[in-house]
Amino acid sequence: MNTFRSLLFGAAALAAVGSIAKADIVFGTDAAPYPPFTSQNAAGEWEGWEYEAMLGVCAEMNEKCTMVPISWDGIIPALLEKKFDGIFGSMAMNDKRKLQINFSDMYYDSTTVVIGAKGGEKNFTADTFKGKTIGIQAGTSNANYVEKYYVPGGAVVKAYKGQDEVNADLIAGRIDFIVADAVALKPFLDSAEGACCEVHGPVPMDVGILGNGVGVGLRKEDKALLEKINAAIKAFANKGGFEDLSKKYKLDGLMLTAPKS
Amino acid sequence: MRWEWLPNYFPSLLYGLSITLQILLISVVVGFLLAIPIGLAQVNGSRLSKIMAGGFCSYIRGTPLLTQIWLLYYGIGSLFPLIPGMRENFMWLIRLDAYWYVLLAFTMSFAGYEAEIMRGAFLTVPKGELEAARAIGMRPGKVLRRVWLPSAILKVLPTLAGDIISQLKSTPLAFTVPVMDLMSVTSKIRQDTYLTYEPLLFLAGIYLILTFFITRLFAYFETFIPVRR
Repeated sequence: MNTFRSLLFGAAALAAVGSIAKADIVFGTDAAPYPPFTSQNAAGEWEGWEYEAMLGVCAEMNEKCTMVPISWDGIIPALLEKKFDGIFGSMAMNDKRKLQINFSDMYYDSTTVVIGAKGGEKNFTADTFKGKTIGIQAGTSNANYVEKYYVPGGAVVKAYKGQDEVNADLIAGRIDFIVADAVALKPFLDSAEGACCEVHGPVPMDVGILGNGVGVGLRKEDKALLEKINAAIKAFANKGGFEDLSKKYKLDGLMLTAPKS
Repeated sequence: MRWEWLPNYFPSLLYGLSITLQILLISVVVGFLLAIPIGLAQVNGSRLSKIMAGGFCSYIRGTPLLTQIWLLYYGIGSLFPLIPGMRENFMWLIRLDAYWYVLLAFTMSFAGYEAEIMRGAFLTVPKGELEAARAIGMRPGKVLRRVWLPSAILKVLPTLAGDIISQLKSTPLAFTVPVMDLMSVTSKIRQDTYLTYEPLLFLAGIYLILTFFITRLFAYFETFIPVRR
């Protein structure tokens, strides 16, 4: 009986804590580290350009926001199942995703680039990748791009769960190229491990696949939240908030942020 | 429920199934063949071979399979750039597909578990039977082939069925390195269609059917075991 009672108390206490700790708005992001945008430090605290941008946007809305890590390959279904309120995770606004969810206004944009060994071909075409192995993170717009443009020409694709695993296999020499976001790969290329490799150049644009920048992903029915977030992004941009963050993370010049109006 | 994606992905699913079955069959057959000498070494080997075989089993049984796969694949991969001349002379080794690493990891894992079970089975064969075999003039090799091993294998047969089913259910771990197994294909379907429930339900159904066949197969084998009533 005693055990039962203490179990019951324990459960009640947990439920109470759970409801107090629950924030006003919960944003999901990739569980795998995605520096310099979102990653968790050794203590488990969130950091990065995008995490701080989220805090800035939430401050404009006067809302308390938290970030939760979600496996990238299931992040849109999880949003639709109401596991959280929005996706604040460098999600490119492409056509396929727009069928499922709504996006806020763009808060940043950067380029999709090909990365390979130092001294490689800079004027690449689809033929350059014939018989070569390209590593991509599964479920990304970059992965869709490679499937559409480089696989029919004879490129071999290896799909990984996280970007850091793709990087590890580029260093190991198991793959020839990475197709990924220029800013996301900058910390890797600047590191000692990334000394092997460099950016070969941006891929030809396909807005339908790569999307027109990054926005907050929201459920189609949450129209009020969409308007609120758009207003907050605008307010934060007018303050120069995004630009300050880009300077702080030494990313200015590499990425576009939401324009001042 | 939406199932219209199924015909489109049927070829990929078949491919994924074949990879999953290859990993299962090869790792179980080769793993079991390795388990016999490793098990025997623990029972009947020299001091050194006892320590080595015991150490191998402790490592396999004491660490998660996921860790073993990652140590092999990403661990060894991280060593490649450190070895001078590796890129020039051993490109084939660097380019070895993740499939082979997964196969090796699963084979070693099965060998480790089954070696421990074979060790126990070897010990439970009555001493009298082995002595009788020796008394009628069989050499040690023949005692092993004719008496000791068959008797031990019959003892492990029911356990083996369960372990093969566990092995099948571990194969989705291959998905954490770039291998296109059944789980990977399902994940790709989920990414392309944004469906969660239907592809996972379908996946669960396939594993259930495979498990059913393994169970029936071993039930059939077990009918050959003489039972004293």
